This record gives sequence, C-alpha cells and structure tokens, in this order.
Amino acid sequence: MNALLSFDDVVVERDGVRALDGFSAAVPEGGVTAVFGPSGAGKSTLLRICNRLDIPTAGRVLFGGDDIAGLNPLRLRRRVGMCFQRPTPFPGTVADNLRVAEPRATEAQMEDVLALMALTGSWLDRDATALSGGEAQRICLARTLITRPHVLLLDEPTASVDAVAARAIEQAVRQLADGGITALWVSHDPAQVQRIADRVLRIEQGRSLGIQPVTTDPDTGQVPR
Amino acid sequence: MNGQVGWVGLATSLALVAVAAGISVWQRLSLQRQILWAAARALIQLLLVGETLALLLEPGRSLWWSWAWTAGMILYAGDVARRRAPEVPRLAALAIAAFAAMAVITLGVVFGLRIFPLQGRTLVPIAGMMIGNSMTATVLVARRLVDELRDKRDEVEARLALGQPSGQAATPYVRTALRSALSPQIETTKATGLVFLPGAMTGLILAGVPPLQAVLVQAVVMFLILGSVAVTTVVVALGLVRRLFTSDHRLLPLPRRPDTASGHRRRNPLRLTVTKVAGRTRRLAKD
Repeated sequence: MNALLSFDDVVVERDGVRALDGFSAAVPEGGVTAVFGPSGAGKSTLLRICNRLDIPTAGRVLFGGDDIAGLNPLRLRRRVGMCFQRPTPFPGTVADNLRVAEPRATEAQMEDVLALMALTGSWLDRDATALSGGEAQRICLARTLITRPHVLLLDEPTASVDAVAARAIEQAVRQLADGGITALWVSHDPAQVQRIADRVLRIEQGRSLGIQPVTTDPDTGQVPR
Repeated sequence: MNGQVGWVGLATSLALVAVAAGISVWQRLSLQRQILWAAARALIQLLLVGETLALLLEPGRSLWWSWAWTAGMILYAGDVARRRAPEVPRLAALAIAAFAAMAVITLGVVFGLRIFPLQGRTLVPIAGMMIGNSMTATVLVARRLVDELRDKRDEVEARLALGQPSGQAATPYVRTALRSALSPQIETTKATGLVFLPGAMTGLILAGVPPLQAVLVQAVVMFLILGSVAVTTVVVALGLVRRLFTSDHRLLPLPRRPDTASGHRRRNPLRLTVTKVAGRTRRLAKD
C-alpha cells in the first residue's frame, strides 16, 4: 500500500522542548490509522504538522510524495481537514458554520453532511453556540467534512463529548474511511482504537514505535498497551 | 474676567490637589504621594511645553519647526503605546506608521480644505489632540486584538484549518477589537455638549472667544478626532494581523499580558492583608 503521509526524521521543538524528536513513519492511504500513545507523546503535534498549523523544526512531511513545505497551505488544508479535541462552534447558526467552510454549499449538501453525523436538516437553523459539547462537536466535524477533504485529522474528537455523540462520530468516521477517506485518529483509549482503527501508529516521547495492524489481546479483547 | 490665569491663581488651584491628597490620607488609599507627584510632574511638563511652544510659535519662526515638533510627538506617542501594551509585539513601529497615516489624512483635510489656516499655532495643537486621542485608541485596539486572538486561539485555528487565509480568519476578532476601540470615542462624541463641555471649547470660552465660535472650533476638533481614531485603529489592527500570523497562515504564539501594570507590581490583596497582620502583630509585641 502506498504511503499517503510520510514523516522523515521530523523534529518539532518549542521553547527548548521537543514535541517530536526524530519522528519517522509512513501512513498508508485509506482506512483509519489510530495515533496511539500516552499524554505528551506528541500526538497532537503530529496532526498539526500534517496541515501546517505547526511546522517542523527539522525533517520533512510528505503528502502524496510531495514535501508539504512546498505546497500551498490553504489548498493543503482543504485537502487535509482537521477536527480538534474541543468543539469550536463559530457564532451564528449551524448553517452559518457550514457556510464558513463552504460558502457556496447548498441546503441539500448541508443536509447530507449533517446526515453523516446522524443529524437532520432541522438543525441548520439552530444557534451553534447554544449546542451541547457533543452536538457542537458533530457540527464541527460536519463543517470539516463539507470541504470534502481527502484526509481527516481527528485530535481526540470524542474526548469531551457524551457517549451518544462519541458513537455517532465513530460511526461516521468509520463510514467515511470505508468510502475512501484516510483518517488519522488520535486516541489514548485502547477500546476505541479497537472499535474504529484499521492500524495503529504508536508514538512515545516524540518518536514512532512503528505502525501495525490492529490486533487484540486474546484475553481482554483490547489493543495491547 | 478675561480668562487669564496668574501665578497666584495657579497656586490657589493647587489647594484642590491638596484636597485629593487629603481624601487619600483620610480613606487610607496610600495614593497621596502619587497624587502630589502626578500634579508636580504635570505642572513641570506643562510649563516646559508652554515655554517650548512659545518659542515655536514666535512670529517669524519657520513652520518647519512645527512640523518637526509634530514628528517628535508621533515618535514619542509610538513609544508610549509600546510601553503601555508591552505584550503586543513590535507595536511602536506600527503605531508610528498609523499616526503618520492619520496625520497625512486628517491634517491634509484640515489644512488642504482650509478649515484652519496652516500655521504653527494651528498645526501643533491640532496634531497634538489627534495624536493624543489616537494613542489611547491604538493601545486599546492592539491589546483587545491580541487578547481576542490569544483567548480564542482554538476558534482561529479551526478557521485556518478550514482553509481560510489568515486575514479572513482574523476578521471577526479585528471587528470586535475595532468596535471596542471606537465605541468610547463615539460615546464621547454623542455626549458632547449634553454631559460635558470639551477641553478645547472650554479653553476658548475662558480665553474670551465668543461661545458660538468656540462651538464651531470644537465641532471640527471632535470630527477630526473621530476620523483620526478610526484611521489609526484600522491601520494598527490590520497591521497587527500581518504581524501575528506567518506568511503561510499560521497564528504565532501570543504572550499573555504581564502581571505588572505601568511598571509597578500589581498589589496582591492577600499579601497586603498578611503584611498588615504581621505589622500589627509586631506592634502589639512591642507594646
């Protein structure tokens, strides 16, 4: 399988601390790759350098074989969408939020993307800032998806949401991955990795421990830590 | 009375400074030293400026001296803005550019359209009022914009991650900052004449100018200030956006406001209480 995202000896250093320290890995195209590791391992930084919200201090990140340092960052971000840990609804209605991402979106397109999140078109007129955390996160993911990204970066998107929203997000991402989107999902929950991922990229202290297919512990049924 | 104030009058008005210091002593505000120092400093500064302006505005003196004075005010105001908002990166140069742009536009209108004759005695005070008011608004807009972008970083980065260019991603926060900087000036303009009589008008009336003439001058000054504040704040806000984002549309790390205000350590109420209790305990022990 071809690598869609490759990290070549990447270092990210901030205030003398290395969030990534010689990180090298290749993420294949398609499916869900869980980025798994303890807190402070550099998981979020890894995602942020994929769409250039951060840039490496050293090393290279390749997207489809091209060094992303040479790509137009705005076009890259439309192809590599990101959903953050904390929901960030913008002021206005749900429709306003979707139009921030895609100003020419039709009502039908907005309804389609909401349906992916198990929400109906009646949500379009709701005030996005008055939604619960779980509802807001589903809207934020819908907002990212309406740009039709090729890659979806998910930074613990279910960490601060209720169980219903978490399940809806997991199912949506699984469905999208089955439809051809490549997803990188940061998680430190082995059970969640087991549910959603095709493979696991392990990271510790800013270094890659390798990428493997998801396997389960025969005794616990979970991904070995 | 012809509005002239003599040295005796000035000395008498100092009684009111004594009243302010007395209130501080009475209410244990510990501000009496600061009040006296501020009054003394203001008096010395004003006397020095008065002497300098007298030299500057002497009949026959070249207008270039007044332009030089204006340029000096712009440079000094830029430095004051930097010191008042140290958390805003490289504000001095930006503020100076904004004041210069404002000066070109507003002084161009005032003197180009012959609202006032271009003379030292009109240029220096008008430029001073424009720059003084714009400086306050500059600090306000710069601080508010940095606060907005720092406190709503998640939201800003969510916009960037959707592929918005930095200028577009910053737009809602620029609007908030501009509104907060312009609103006080708009409110002041609205309340003029009803709630208070502004300084220029009061000064002219005290100097014996007919009230209607003073009102006309004041109206021009108010509109000039409004225009200059608007020009300065928009230049600073848009300039700051260019500085706070990289050319590849990333938001730079933004520092928090320092815990110190005007170079003095902010007083910690708990610490003060502890210090007072410790002092009283020592006094009791002595007794």
